[in-house]
Amino acid sequence: MSEAPTHAPQPDSKAEISRRDLFAKIGMMLNGLAVVVLATPVVGYLLAPILRGERGQYQRWVSLGDLDEFPEGQTRLAQFRNPISNAWDGDTDKIPCWVRRLTGEQFQVFAINCAHLGCPVRWFPQSGLFMCPCHGGVYYQDGSRASGPPPRGLFQYSYKVEDGKLMIEAGQIPTLSTTASLQTRSGGCQG
Amino acid sequence: MSRLKQIGNWFEQRLQIAGVIRETATHPVPRQSASWWYVFGSAALTIFILQVFTGIMLALIYVPSAGEAWNSLQYLNHDVTLGWFLRGVHGWGSNFMVAVVLIHMAQVFLFGAYKFPRELTWILGVFLLLMTLGMAFTGQVLRFDQDAYWGLGIGVAIMGRVPILGASLVHLLLGGPIIAGDTLSRFFALHVFVIPGLLIGFVSLHLLMVLKLGINEWPMPGRIVRRSTYVQEYHEMAHRDGVPFVPDAVWKDMFFSAAIIVSVMACAAYFGPFGPSGYPDPTIVQTIPKPDFFFLWIYAMLALLPPQMETAILLIAPVVVLGFLILLPFLSGEGEKSWKRRPIAVVTVLLIAVALGTFTKLATYSPWSPVMDGWSGDPVPVEYLNGRSPLERQGALVFQVKQCRNCHSIGDSGGKRGPALDTIATTLTRDQLVRQVIQGGGNMPAYGKNLNPAEVTALVSFLETLHLPGRPPARDAAQATVTKQENSPPASNR
Repeated sequence: MSEAPTHAPQPDSKAEISRRDLFAKIGMMLNGLAVVVLATPVVGYLLAPILRGERGQYQRWVSLGDLDEFPEGQTRLAQFRNPISNAWDGDTDKIPCWVRRLTGEQFQVFAINCAHLGCPVRWFPQSGLFMCPCHGGVYYQDGSRASGPPPRGLFQYSYKVEDGKLMIEAGQIPTLSTTASLQTRSGGCQG
Repeated sequence: MSRLKQIGNWFEQRLQIAGVIRETATHPVPRQSASWWYVFGSAALTIFILQVFTGIMLALIYVPSAGEAWNSLQYLNHDVTLGWFLRGVHGWGSNFMVAVVLIHMAQVFLFGAYKFPRELTWILGVFLLLMTLGMAFTGQVLRFDQDAYWGLGIGVAIMGRVPILGASLVHLLLGGPIIAGDTLSRFFALHVFVIPGLLIGFVSLHLLMVLKLGINEWPMPGRIVRRSTYVQEYHEMAHRDGVPFVPDAVWKDMFFSAAIIVSVMACAAYFGPFGPSGYPDPTIVQTIPKPDFFFLWIYAMLALLPPQMETAILLIAPVVVLGFLILLPFLSGEGEKSWKRRPIAVVTVLLIAVALGTFTKLATYSPWSPVMDGWSGDPVPVEYLNGRSPLERQGALVFQVKQCRNCHSIGDSGGKRGPALDTIATTLTRDQLVRQVIQGGGNMPAYGKNLNPAEVTALVSFLETLHLPGRPPARDAAQATVTKQENSPPASNR
């Protein structure tokens, strides 16, 4: 039966496999195996940004400068270099944030990104409002939502005061599912 | 001449391709399909080739690095000979390509071309539209200016709204924790390798099917598509009353393609290249990001959707729309092709066109955004200050300094986020004005904490002067009855 020419289709020849068919199938399987072996590191390579994020490797404590740069009762624009950055990032690793000093060592540090869709909010000290230029989100001076489409108030960084410097825990762009600071370190707020 | 022919024969002996080319070129198309309505597909292909060509030209100079991309574009614009023109052609080519693809899609939809047996041609076309939009978006990112940076921010924020997978998608899209070098590199790979590769593959299949299945015949009312008979009917139509594609139909395609390319070049020469706008430094917060033309409607929808439905619509609507487009040829694979017998199809196209047009138009002046420099840029019109009391003028100052102007216009300048206040005194009484200012509401922030009582008094006194000369200001009728004062406009209305 194995000698039967392959171009003669016979219904019951399906049960048997010729040598060549077998080799062809083994060849395909070997290639399939090679693909899987190759794909594994490729997938790991592609997913690396996710895995690093899940391990919490993006967040570090960074300094925003001396305390006396932030007068009490005022809200000022501050900036820091993102803890994870590369030489070819240009100025994109310079991240701005709004620092509101209430009294003493009590602060609120707001992310620049509107909670609606991430545009840069601007502080207007005269009216005590943050306004977003994109879709009309407005926030009060304490970061709570005043009007417009944002689903929540401004994102806030955890902060602490160390050696007379204001430190925040930062590292990733805040969105509704990526917090400005790791939630688990809420103790960072005690200052 | 015979020398040329010899060379030609040498190649033909090896390639054996002349027969296929001749057959393809002269394949019969129904006489009426050799129409000016059937030129958009070939025009899209022509622009795509133009984009590939100009894209390669730009890649000779462009540096896909977050630190250098913007500078290399400035170099292209100002230093490289005709660099500005090639950027212009590529940028305008992008706009034309999206436009032509959309028109092509509307045309084949209205002509019923998606019906049996061209379902797969349509479905591949849907993906080609997605890829075209994908090219437009990734191309906008490669411009790597402030619009690109914050546009990415919007994309990221939308990803962040996906339940459970949100954070992973954000990091995957960015290639890291923030918008930076890795982000630009991966969008470069998408724009230059991944999507164009897919486009070439899909366009090839799309074209192959047009050749194999034949171009859609001119739809006639009453000529019904049936799976059992269509192929035979089409075959007869194409052969009995058909014309060879070359030259009978192709000249129109060529005329139109040439006109499109000339238009692209004219736009590039006259309007010049797009941007780049401001330098991509996120600490420059004095920026008003806006997407490119073909994404303006999304920008408008994101501002106008009811906030509580926004996430659901953002995440579900694209899936529903895409699903509907893919299922369309299976939902109505047979029946009438003519738009004259398909009123719902016509109304659908018109509605979508009007809706997209309206959103786009709105987005060009974005009335939902505060005008960030309205308070400092636009003075209070003089006629609103003439003959006013010192208190009222003080109120005008409060009005200006507290950024009311960013959202409210008077004298036709200022924001459109809130209502224009030129005649506010005829709709709100003094008490209502005080309440609105202090408590906010109806999408207005409350100013109670940021205005002292004296400022509120002054501001409201000013607002009460805002009514047409002949029209009396609003008054509280109930209060008038109680206090039995016939005419009790607030005292400061003088």
